[in-house]
Amino acid sequence: MSFFRKPLLAFSASVLLAASVAGPAQAEDISLLNVSYDPTREFYQEYNKEFADWYKAESGDSVTIEQSHGGAGKQARSVIDGLPADVVTLALAYDISAIGERTGKLPADWQTRLPNNSAPYSSTIVFLVRKGNPKNIQDWDDLTKPGVEVITPNPKTSGGARWNYLAAWSYVLKKELGDLSKLDNPEFADEVKAAEQKATEYVTKLYKNVPILDSGARGSTTTFVKHGLGDVLLAWENEALLAVNKLSQGEFDIVVPSISILAEPPVTVVNGNVEKKGEGAVEAAEAYLEYLYSPVAQQLAAKHYYRPVFEHFADKEDLKRFPNVTRVTVQDVFGGWQNAQKTHFNDGGVFDAIYLPQ
Amino acid sequence: MHTQTLALDRLDQPGARQWPRYVLTGLAIFIIGLFLLLPLAAVLIEAFSEGWDLYVQAINDRYTWEAIKLTLLVAAVVVPLNTVFGIAAAWMIARFQFTGRGALTTLIDLPFSISPVIAGLIFVLVFGAHGWFGSWFAEQGFPIIFAVPGIILATLFVTVPFVARELIPLMQEQGSEEEEAAIALGAGSWTMFRKITLPKIKWGLLYGIILCNARAMGEFGAVSVVSGHIRGQTNTLPLHVEILYNEYNFTAAFAVASLLAGLAILTLVLKSLVEWQQARSLERATQ
Repeated sequence: MSFFRKPLLAFSASVLLAASVAGPAQAEDISLLNVSYDPTREFYQEYNKEFADWYKAESGDSVTIEQSHGGAGKQARSVIDGLPADVVTLALAYDISAIGERTGKLPADWQTRLPNNSAPYSSTIVFLVRKGNPKNIQDWDDLTKPGVEVITPNPKTSGGARWNYLAAWSYVLKKELGDLSKLDNPEFADEVKAAEQKATEYVTKLYKNVPILDSGARGSTTTFVKHGLGDVLLAWENEALLAVNKLSQGEFDIVVPSISILAEPPVTVVNGNVEKKGEGAVEAAEAYLEYLYSPVAQQLAAKHYYRPVFEHFADKEDLKRFPNVTRVTVQDVFGGWQNAQKTHFNDGGVFDAIYLPQ
Repeated sequence: MHTQTLALDRLDQPGARQWPRYVLTGLAIFIIGLFLLLPLAAVLIEAFSEGWDLYVQAINDRYTWEAIKLTLLVAAVVVPLNTVFGIAAAWMIARFQFTGRGALTTLIDLPFSISPVIAGLIFVLVFGAHGWFGSWFAEQGFPIIFAVPGIILATLFVTVPFVARELIPLMQEQGSEEEEAAIALGAGSWTMFRKITLPKIKWGLLYGIILCNARAMGEFGAVSVVSGHIRGQTNTLPLHVEILYNEYNFTAAFAVASLLAGLAILTLVLKSLVEWQQARSLERATQ
């Protein structure tokens, strides 16, 4: 639906949509909904234009992509409740799997459909501190000191918040065990148990220093940057770089902790939704995600502070902005997202036990 | 009204203590300034902080227009429906005695006492994909939640009390003698409503409609739950302000917010006009 041809009233738009579901597949005008997480707004704004131009030239079809953003957990919940996402580009794999499990709208092996676990870009968790680092925050241990206010979103609703939490947990395990391969070795079971105890104590103390839990990463960034609350923001690297380079130059510094986590925000087609729109829409949705791996898109991802999967497509200058970080994976430390979610974030999990709102 | 004037006259007499009056007036002006005018001014200052051109540019954006259209559409559906419902409900409650009358009066107030978030969640539970009727509607190609119908329903729910609440005390106070006389003189019920009831309640009715409209256009909580926040499709003006703010488009966010603030001011002006008219017509009636 192009802008001019779009009917005046959104009401009739939904009626039209209904009609196109019932009628034969119209390949000329395709409208797709991309349900994404919080910080990808700027990236997809630019990427959607790039893709639409390329796809028009490639296939002749006009594609309009609408966006919906919010905390990843909340967004997944909305798709489960019926938000008609054609593609989801969320912060972590668990939320996408949850959509598949609850609605049957995508296959269980969705993550194998695209390269690199269906994650066209990656990121990590870093610290954003106020200029000059007045509280001298260098590593994870400094976050639990008395008088340090930490800003991080709510892990129940936000994907970034869960990466923050898991990165903190991984740091303690690594510090206590020295070698993370001990986690899978039954010989070290006691040692692992003791380390997990330490990690629980650590996150308990950490969340005592958190004055507010926003529902999404963007909310937390605004709290820290615009409202001036807190001493340190646990942030997506891309959010931190955006804050440092775009929002207010010279007001913030990035601190890279000794260890962080490899955050892979995956993408997939929601077959159950897009198939209702016909062949043309399915093809466009698949192309939309595949094109994320193209040189143009990879370069764009780096420009918007996401670490591209194929670094050689990115501008050298953009790549220089990414600091060297030791990144552990969820697979290595937690045995995958399903386990991590179940142990830590589901009702009755570790987070529920340690977090006491003040 | 009369005794009040007398009491004020006495305050004006020499010897009466003046300071409480000044202190109270000063306090009222201070509080109004601090909590009402200052934030309003902040919205406008922030909106125009980067000049007129950027302000116009912020408003004249495709998604802002879509949000304005959707907001107007929602109000255009919700306000007439709630007006009809309000008149009917007030009529029932003020003119008839029946069992459950008290319960009905309380029920009309329900949306006032329920948090808007709950109001939104109710509709997700009923019409969501896993709700009672949600999958059926979705199969018919007419989704309710995360689409325009859901936004209209949620707004309808939240704004139900405004017209009815305005009319019930008014109609109870006025009594039904004139209407009974009209019926006795042979008027049909429609004629009676048109010639007797409506003229007597018109200012109260208008007042209720204005408030209902203001809330319909400004509702955030309930609409946010059922909207899905799809730009250009299910994004009303208040939601659009939030999106812009979250995208660090502070100027644009406040520019759009200033539209809503303008609407609020317009509402207040209309409301004062209606109140003034109402007082005049009351005066005329008592003379």
